[in-house]
Amino acid sequence: MTGNQKKPTPAQKEYQELAKKSVPKRKVVPNTIRAFLVGGLICLFSQGLQEIFIHFFHFEKSQAGNPASAVLIMLSALLTGLGVYDHISQWAGAGTAVPITGFANSIASAAIEHRSEGYVLGVGGNMFKIAGPVIVFGTFSAFVVAIIKLTIKAIGGI
Amino acid sequence: MTEYLWAFLVGGGICAIGQIMMDVFHMTPAHTMTALVVAGAVLGGLGLYDPLVEFAGAGATTPICSFGNSLLKGAMAEAERDGIIGVLTGIFEVTSAGISAAIIFGFIASLIFHPKG
Amino acid sequence: MLVGRQSWRFDNPPVILASAAIGGPFESKSPLADDFDAFHDDIWLKQNSFEKAEVKLLEHVCQKVLEKAGLQGQDINFLISGDLDNQITSSSFAARSLAIPYIGMFGACSTSMEGLAVASKLLDNGGANYILTATASHNAATEKQFRYPTEYGAQKPPTSQWTVTGAGAAILGKEGNGPRVTSATIGHVVDMGVKDPFNMGEAMAPAAVDTIETHLKEMNIEPDYYDLIATGDLGFTGYALANELFQKHGIQLREGLYTDCGMLIYGKNAKVFSGGSGCACSATVTYGHLLNRMRRGELKKILITATGALMSPLSYQQKESIPCIAHAVSIESIQ
Repeated sequence: MTGNQKKPTPAQKEYQELAKKSVPKRKVVPNTIRAFLVGGLICLFSQGLQEIFIHFFHFEKSQAGNPASAVLIMLSALLTGLGVYDHISQWAGAGTAVPITGFANSIASAAIEHRSEGYVLGVGGNMFKIAGPVIVFGTFSAFVVAIIKLTIKAIGGI
Repeated sequence: MTEYLWAFLVGGGICAIGQIMMDVFHMTPAHTMTALVVAGAVLGGLGLYDPLVEFAGAGATTPICSFGNSLLKGAMAEAERDGIIGVLTGIFEVTSAGISAAIIFGFIASLIFHPKG
Repeated sequence: MLVGRQSWRFDNPPVILASAAIGGPFESKSPLADDFDAFHDDIWLKQNSFEKAEVKLLEHVCQKVLEKAGLQGQDINFLISGDLDNQITSSSFAARSLAIPYIGMFGACSTSMEGLAVASKLLDNGGANYILTATASHNAATEKQFRYPTEYGAQKPPTSQWTVTGAGAAILGKEGNGPRVTSATIGHVVDMGVKDPFNMGEAMAPAAVDTIETHLKEMNIEPDYYDLIATGDLGFTGYALANELFQKHGIQLREGLYTDCGMLIYGKNAKVFSGGSGCACSATVTYGHLLNRMRRGELKKILITATGALMSPLSYQQKESIPCIAHAVSIESIQ
């Protein structure tokens, strides 16, 4: 019975059906509610930060997002280093993973973990273990979409 | 006041979508974040993300999909000025703060902290 | 001698002269804590990496078991050891400092019984006087290698398990007082197409049932021959599945006969979700708690079936499923 087969054998299918019935399921509804609440709160906090930067530090409304993100990133890195972020995230799930906090945690946690391999190869070389795909695919998809849009424009479209 | 309410609702909603991607579709966190960032770029390209930012504020700019939108906006803005080469030179313009902050604070964290296990 | 295709009945059943179990800070809270020889209160063991800490765990348990057997390193013919680290470096580095001729093996979490089986066969054949078999695992080192950085906030599902930070070891000899290893069944790889590295229980249960069934058939005995049958680290999820598979295969297990080390080591603890796992799970529970029960006369014949998931982080990324294996060893108190 090799794992190279793309399609499961009848025996494998039968076992997986059996397993589906007795294996504990993730609690989707409570998880989603918690993700909604925590994610919403983090965005609320970010909104508040933006207002602070607009009113006290004279940022333009369109520019206030940048320092607000920077503060969130710094807090996430701090909580990751203190060993607290993963416990919050176990409870909140996507509520902490989807905002920019999740991105920062993935970089900080990988950096901290690999310090035992040195700062150059360990920290530097492994920092983007989890966040790398986000940067790569974000960049590439932005590139593709931009090219498509510019092409349409050039052909005289929108 | 309403901007706070929308920030909470939209931000929470996007996170809820992320949770469903992880729990129902069994996507890993990396796959989920990647899918959302690509969605942000695509929605940005369709002109749908900026209006979301208008009324939801931080509810749209805090989730990772905003990153995709910002990458696209940087590319498009620079392309307006410099032609097609602007797509390459402008991509990281708007998102520079986020990426720099993550690298810098991540590195500083590795200088100060040990993993707790 | 060979029995059937894949089992050994030992004509000269080797004696377990001594056994030892070491744990980390979390293990000190285990319901089985009294059966451990020592605990470390820090997962770093004063080293500067988790991997180096795992080496120390293995060195410590080997020194402890030598002390308990009243032997020196130079009395031991062979060290048979393995672990979860890439290239089993924990075992190799421990072998370096122990300076015992070394046979490294990899069976993932089934290493404890794989080692015990091979060690017993060597002694049975007159190939050694004393063999030290050991294994270790470290929670943080395993998470770092197989899953995510330890401070990363990925949400663990209810089927995930907690790798034991600890080490277990046993010294076998040709004669002396102590429980004896009477037979062993080497498992073959069973892959039921499970791909989720956070659900090892589901992946490994079929291998465990396959090996136990084969053992009973080839040794021509009923399950009731044993006082206890324990699997290595199926956890609560895998244990429930194994019970269903036993029923499906017509293997009747009386109430209280079958248990699992992954459930025993931490009991029902929310922090560990489905239970304990790792090489040290079956090793510490067997070499500590279960052998102590035998020495107290509470158990006379036990069958330990350690289970292992033979994937790598790379194989998972290449969309491979998780092949698993289980090795069964019977230990009996013979007067």
